[in-house]
Amino acid sequence: MLYTNLNHIETAGQHAKVINENENVMVCCGRMGPMCIPVYGIMEDLEDEYSHVKFFDMEFDNPEAHVIRNLPEVRGFMGIPFTIYYKNGKVVKATSSIQTRDQVTSILNQEFGQPVNA
Amino acid sequence: MEMSNHYDAIVIGGGPAGLTAGIYLSRARVRTLILNEGAVGGQMVLTHEIANYPGVESINGYQLANVMKKQAKTFGCDIQSNISIQTLNLEGEIKQVTLTSGKTYTANAVILTPGGRSRTLGVPGEAQFKGRGISYCATCDGDFFTDKEIIVVGGGNSALEEAVSLTKYASKITIVHQFDHFQAFEHAVEEAKANPKIGFIMESKVTAFYGNEKLDAVDITNLKTGRVERFNTDGVFIFIGYVPNTDFLKGKIELNQWGEMVVNADMETNVKGVFGAGDSIAKKYRQVTTAVGEATVAALAASNYIHQLKTEKNKLVIEAN
Ligand SMILES: Cc1cc2nc3c(=O)[nH]c(=O)nc-3n(C[C@H](O)[C@H](O)[C@H](O)COP(=O)(O)OP(=O)(O)OC[C@H]3O[C@@H](n4cnc5c(N)ncnc54)[C@H](O)[C@@H]3O)c2cc1C
Repeated sequence: MLYTNLNHIETAGQHAKVINENENVMVCCGRMGPMCIPVYGIMEDLEDEYSHVKFFDMEFDNPEAHVIRNLPEVRGFMGIPFTIYYKNGKVVKATSSIQTRDQVTSILNQEFGQPVNA
Repeated sequence: MEMSNHYDAIVIGGGPAGLTAGIYLSRARVRTLILNEGAVGGQMVLTHEIANYPGVESINGYQLANVMKKQAKTFGCDIQSNISIQTLNLEGEIKQVTLTSGKTYTANAVILTPGGRSRTLGVPGEAQFKGRGISYCATCDGDFFTDKEIIVVGGGNSALEEAVSLTKYASKITIVHQFDHFQAFEHAVEEAKANPKIGFIMESKVTAFYGNEKLDAVDITNLKTGRVERFNTDGVFIFIGYVPNTDFLKGKIELNQWGEMVVNADMETNVKGVFGAGDSIAKKYRQVTTAVGEATVAALAASNYIHQLKTEKNKLVIEAN
């Protein structure tokens, strides 16, 4: 179980619903380990500021996470977390392993636009 | 300057040391701000299980960090995480910190608790293949390398112990180490040497990483002969120790040859009103308990310093009147 303060995606169906019903979505798929926790922390911090983006996590070892593990965009990824950015249900960016706040915000700004009050 | 940007104390770093300082200071009604670059909790949140924190039988580092954070906040401590410091002025009675966001904060005292991080090799291709064949965490990424041939870089306890743990997954492991002997405990060396899946390349360094979508090969340079050989591999795990996060303090306070902060028994640095605690000070043992203990001393000493400063100021005002 991921005990973060983010909203969790538990099933493939929920994943499909989330990415199709929201314009901008960031999903971090990982475990409770040293490479993943910093990314969850950054997402928790950005949730209020980036109100035009929905932030979720999903447990890497959940069999339902095949919806992320089998994406063509993650081919060659050999480090968790797999972090996926969706626009209107389509993958626009994917990263492997730990990321810094600057790396995450630069992707969010480029793919989804800066926060309105920035 | 708006008054709300002035604090009695600013703590730089929000690991166990910084959070402890926040708890003690705020509880003593010292107006305190913690500024933390990463996720609150520091290296502690990277720990799956902490079984040696007295009073708690066993706890996940993330949960312990959340409890400490909540405690600090309950006493009125302000915490900002995932920030980045642009400039820091520790001279004089009023210390000043400016963040890359443009916000500036001032304080009478500063406690420095920036901790440490894993050392990276800093060679070409390392950033490009992080997460695409290069890893710094065996428990996180080991299973991606099932039945693969990999390299472990390093010669300390972490390198040898993690190499043995990676034999659960990998078909072959080559340990690359820069010296002709290991720094690890003898039992860890023996266990690695006895494992048929583990081989060794000594007195050598990994000097470059190559691949396309993922890592395919590395250059290994023999440090005695200078000969460089291309070595095909599916993955590289790097365990070459820790470095203190004190680059931003160079030229501002006294650091030793390893970049560790030099402090006295009251955790004071050589700059008045500036204190240090935790993994980034010059010391031998780095644990949550030691960080928490030193931060307690630093907070109490800082509290005393701030009290004295205020008392002296009040005396001067009274005398002037
Ligand atoms: C994998 C692992 C397992 C461990 N297991 C245990 C264990 O079981 N028991 C135990 O007691 N100890 C354990 N430790 C050691 C323990 O985690 C550390 O000793 C402890 O976290 C040190 O605390 P600290 O507050 O000094 O530094 P850190 O925990 O490193 O925290 C420092 C904080 O400061 C921030 N920072 C750095 N630079 C800046 C800057 N310029 N501006 C603002 N903020 C900054 C960092 O982002 C970080 O959040 C383990 C460590 C690791 C890596």
